[in-house]
Amino acid sequence: MEYFRIGFGAIFVYNFVLAQFLGLCPFLGVSKKMSSAVGMGMAVVFVMTMASVVTFLANLVLLYFEMNVFLGITVFILVIASFVQFVEMVIQKVSPALYQALGIYLPLITTNCAVLGVTQLNAARFAHWDVVPGFFASALNGFCGGLGFMLAMVLMSAMREEMEALPVPRAFRGIPSAFLLTASLAMAFLGFSGMI
Amino acid sequence: MSRIRELTKGLLRENPTLVLVIGLCPTLAITTNLWNAVGMGLSATFVLVMSNVIISAFRRFFPRSIRMPCFIVVIATFTTIVQMVLAGFFPALNEALGIFIPLIVVNCIIMARAEAFASKRGVLDSALDGIGMGLGFTMAIIVISAIREVLGSWSLFGVPITDGGFAPAQIVVQAPGAFVVLGCVIAASAFVQAARKESRRAALASEEYRARESARPRPERRPAAEGASQPGGA
Repeated sequence: MEYFRIGFGAIFVYNFVLAQFLGLCPFLGVSKKMSSAVGMGMAVVFVMTMASVVTFLANLVLLYFEMNVFLGITVFILVIASFVQFVEMVIQKVSPALYQALGIYLPLITTNCAVLGVTQLNAARFAHWDVVPGFFASALNGFCGGLGFMLAMVLMSAMREEMEALPVPRAFRGIPSAFLLTASLAMAFLGFSGMI
Repeated sequence: MSRIRELTKGLLRENPTLVLVIGLCPTLAITTNLWNAVGMGLSATFVLVMSNVIISAFRRFFPRSIRMPCFIVVIATFTTIVQMVLAGFFPALNEALGIFIPLIVVNCIIMARAEAFASKRGVLDSALDGIGMGLGFTMAIIVISAIREVLGSWSLFGVPITDGGFAPAQIVVQAPGAFVVLGCVIAASAFVQAARKESRRAALASEEYRARESARPRPERRPAAEGASQPGGA
């Protein structure tokens, strides 16, 4: 049940984009077309899950040496950056087709706040748990957070594709109208608040 | 003169939040309260200026292929300093900003200035650029959080404006309100910038027209009836 709460909360109630404002730059930048939104969403699901796993282990080491206060940020971001680089190289080697689909989005993900955000949230929330349940909870939180990101992104791209055809006042064209669309999505997701 | 331009371009013309539209996460997340905005703005400005200075000073030592990780380490170091200072001296602010203090590391503004400016220019220029961009960011989030705090909780800097008399719209300080307010502020800034550009172009065109008119030899005077039927100059 606890795991269900974590998963459901990460997708709907505390949706990373619409409720916690994490990962907005890729959300706005890559949501113009449905196909690229799906590609970016998949890349984010993958990287957020793996980053949660990797930084959970890194955090264990930091906690053991009691260095998490002043090295936490630096180590987390470096682990994520090198992990993303590594994944990019592996995918390029193993599956060129997947690399074609995800490749251009992967470097962007290093500076996606959602990825560093989920690791920080995990560190704050699950650090005092036992190691094994904490590990699974972190991985689940990362995976479901990524799914929530992908959901928001796909919904947004569908709306933006429709929006293209509409006559929008000049000052509202582009980013401002995208923000208003996001607001309506966020309002829908606000309905989930309080469920958990 | 050009030094001053480096400083002022971040305030309006290339304002990171309103014109370039980067660094959005803190802009939306912490602008529920003016104190948060001031704290966040100054923290980000500090990190931006210091990392710009360091990156610019050491720019010849960063190997090109791994310059990004190098920038990240520099930025993360200053972010850690900010976080420890806030945790030590401003615990309430640290609590309110929460996860968005460590997330200064991945603030696109700082990374963008490091990559586009500090890694190519001198130390003084980079420092001025950092100050300008940081203050531009601070200004933008102060404007947004002032709007949200007044409409959403009817107070300024946490002090109620009047006792009762106005029922604040809660939704403005919740997630949807953040998106609506930022969208409208960006649209307003786009409108103003377009209008300014238009008026500048019009002024330039009329000046050019006048100059051309005065340089042109005057045509001889014709009888009034014939002159009226002809289309006017230019």
